[in-house]
Parts: sequence; C-alpha cells; structure tokens
Amino acid sequence: MTNPLYHPPREILLDYADGSLGEPAALVIATHLAFCPACRHQVADLEAIGGALLEEECLNPVSDDCLRSLMARLDEPALEASKPVALRGVRPCSALPPHGLADLPKPLACLPEPLRSYLEASLAETPWQPPNSRPRNSGARDAGGWEIDLRVGRPPVRTRLIGVVGGGVMPRPSPIGMNLNLVLAGGYHDPRGTFRRGDLVLDDPGLDYSPAADNGEECVYLCVTDASLRLSGVLSRSLNPFVAL
Amino acid sequence: MRGSDPAFGGVLVRATVERLMMPETAPTERVPEMQNLNDLVLAVARERSRTAFAALFSHFAPRLKSYLMRLGTEPGQAEELVQDVMLRVWRRAETFDPTQANANTWIFTIARNQRIDAVRRERRPEIDLTDPALVPEPVPPADRTLEAGQETARLNAAIGALPNDQAELLRLAYYEGTPHSAISAERGIPLGTVKSRLRLALDRLRRLLREDI
Ligand SMILES: [Zn+2]
Repeated sequence: MTNPLYHPPREILLDYADGSLGEPAALVIATHLAFCPACRHQVADLEAIGGALLEEECLNPVSDDCLRSLMARLDEPALEASKPVALRGVRPCSALPPHGLADLPKPLACLPEPLRSYLEASLAETPWQPPNSRPRNSGARDAGGWEIDLRVGRPPVRTRLIGVVGGGVMPRPSPIGMNLNLVLAGGYHDPRGTFRRGDLVLDDPGLDYSPAADNGEECVYLCVTDASLRLSGVLSRSLNPFVAL
Repeated sequence: MRGSDPAFGGVLVRATVERLMMPETAPTERVPEMQNLNDLVLAVARERSRTAFAALFSHFAPRLKSYLMRLGTEPGQAEELVQDVMLRVWRRAETFDPTQANANTWIFTIARNQRIDAVRRERRPEIDLTDPALVPEPVPPADRTLEAGQETARLNAAIGALPNDQAELLRLAYYEGTPHSAISAERGIPLGTVKSRLRLALDRLRRLLREDI
C-alpha cells in the first residue's frame, strides 16, 4: 500500500486546522488524513501553532458567575455519548438496517473514518440500491456507474460518493464551483496524471480534463463541489504532488 | 465563511492590528509553565481534581473568551461557549494525551470544534486515530513528542522572533474572519505577498517543530 501522491494545498490544510473550512471540504480533508501520515503531521503542526497563538491571546476577563455556574455543572450527567462532538447525531453502525452493508460495492465496506460514519448515516436514511435496479437517467454514465448523495452541506454544495466502472468515462466536473475529488478505490487519469487511493485532485470548473477510470477495477471517489471554495480564491489551481516534511 | 464579507473581515483586521499596536493589552500573566498545564489536565483526568480544573479555567477562560470574540462571537455567547469548552475539558480529560499534543493545543482544538458546532451548526469531521482502516505511520513517529510540554514555549519564542511583518500576518491570517484577500486590501499589500510572507512564517515555525534539540 503506497501513500498518496497528491495532497491538499497548504492553504486548505490551514483552513482545516483553524476551523474555517466548511463541513463538506473538511470531510474530504479529514478522509485524506486517514490515508496520509505526512499531512497528519502538517495538521498537527498547524494545530500546535493554533495552541501557541491561544497562549498569546489577550486576556478578556470572564464574569465571576462564569466559573461558579461552571463548577455547578461539573456533576451534571453528560448528554452526549462518548462519540466526538464531530459525529454527534450520526447513527452508530448498529442502527443500520439489515440490508445495510451487504450489497454495497466492496470498497464502501472498508472506508476509514470519518467518511464511514457519514456513509452509514446516509444509508440509514436512504438504503443502497444496486445500480442495475435503477433507471438509467442519462447516457453520460456507463452502465454500472452509481452515486450516493451524502447530503453534507447546503445546496448548491454537493457531497457525493461516485462509482465508475473500470475504463469508464468519469462524470464531468460540476460547473458551479471547485471540485475536490478524493480517490477511495481503483484509480483514474487525465492529462495531468494518474490518481490512486488517497490522492486529492482539484478540478477547476472552467476546465474540462476529460478524466477516465483506469481499466480493470471500479473507481470509487468522494466528490465535493463547493462554490465558496472558488470564490475564496485561496485555492491554488495546480495539483499539489509534494508535501513538505 | 472565509471571504464572504470583506467589510467584516476588515473590521476584524483593524481590531487585531490595534491590539498588536497596544502591547499593554497583551497577556502579562505567564503563570504556569507549559508542563504544569499538562499536569493540571492530567490531574483532572486521574484525580478529578477541582482545584486543578479551577486553575486551568483561570488560565484559559480569558484567552478563550478573547479568541471567540475575535471570531465574531457576542460577549454573552462567548462566555457560554467558554463554559461549554471547559466542561468538555472536564469530561474528556482522560482522552488527553500529552505525547500527541500539549494542553494549549488540545484545548485550542476543543474550542475550535465547539465553535463550529455551536455557531455554525455543523459537525466537525475528524480522523479517528484508533480506526483500523487508518493508514499507519510508515515508521514510529520521531521523539519530538517527548518534549511536547516545551513545544508551546518554543513556538511562542519563535513567533516572537519572527520578522514583524510575518508575525503580524500570521496572527491576522490564522483565525477565521480575516481572509487573505481582506488582509491584502486592508494593509495595501499584494495578495501574493501576503501568501508568501505567511508561507515563510509557517515554514519557519514548522522547521522549528521538526528540529531535534
Ligand atoms: Zn497528504
């Protein structure tokens, strides 16, 4: 298993570490981190800088009542379970309907967190249907292609898991904003390179790279389309195959 | 959020610049050594020590309130959020691992996530380091974790030693609400220069974190 070759631009890692990135793009970054020890180090460093800046913050006195009422709350039972705040509200695995994971495409059964919890929450609401049982809605997708809407973010932001059969044509990038593609299984290629598991690829909506899935294995990827990423202007347009260590 | 309202960002930039120009409002209290802050969290974790917790509160609450208000939180809500953050510190103290991050960094991440939860009403996607599907470190991580207690002190010294323009941009850019483009407009510095100075500052601090001493 090789580590990813294509990484998030550092501006996005900074936005992830300082908390300014919206949930859909943060889901892509957090999932890349599960595949990429090098970027985990970067984020840990950026968080340490955040901790150092917190230490330097000026002191804004809190009211005396603040500590008093806090001390009174210490013995209250915690409302939320031991799940991190991030995943509160996402149903645990056991809440999956029995038809849950069995029919899923194989790559979806072994996704890392946090993506796995998001997928499970989505399947709990809308059970998986094998692609052959669905009406084909356009000729643009090869037979056997599928997508799952994870319903993260407010429209027009879209967060989808997409499957493309080996050798198949990839869906065109959405024109509404920057596309973040994170490869989860198989691979795909365009004139810029070949992208495998864990690689993060940025697609500018103005450009059409005509990507295609590699022959053989099905290509599964997480695709976030986010117009605000385009407006912020912080994204570098080029791919980022290097990571500073 | 970032870049959504340049005028708002401008106000924050100005407020932060004013703060930077008035050193007398900077923290003068440098009470607990970093190592002691870690020990205080560990005392909460192991002994449920309310004394240690109150000491953590007196150190962090005024800083957290300032941090939250600088991100646009109203004073009343900021105090509520400070309480929520510190309550999480109390409840989750046993998950604190000083070999992963020191107390400042750990509490910074709790405050960041709590604010996303409460103000933006979003979840915060985070990796799970115990997840079997996580791709592990190729080799055991370097020993820098042993000195996590000194890390913040070294970083603060390094931030103090940065050239003024870099240190200022770092503080301005670090938190949400001051997009790079707003800094550029506010200070009359080209966007490319803002980014390259920020990159220089981050490179310098990261090199320091990776140095073996
Ligand atoms: Zn990476």
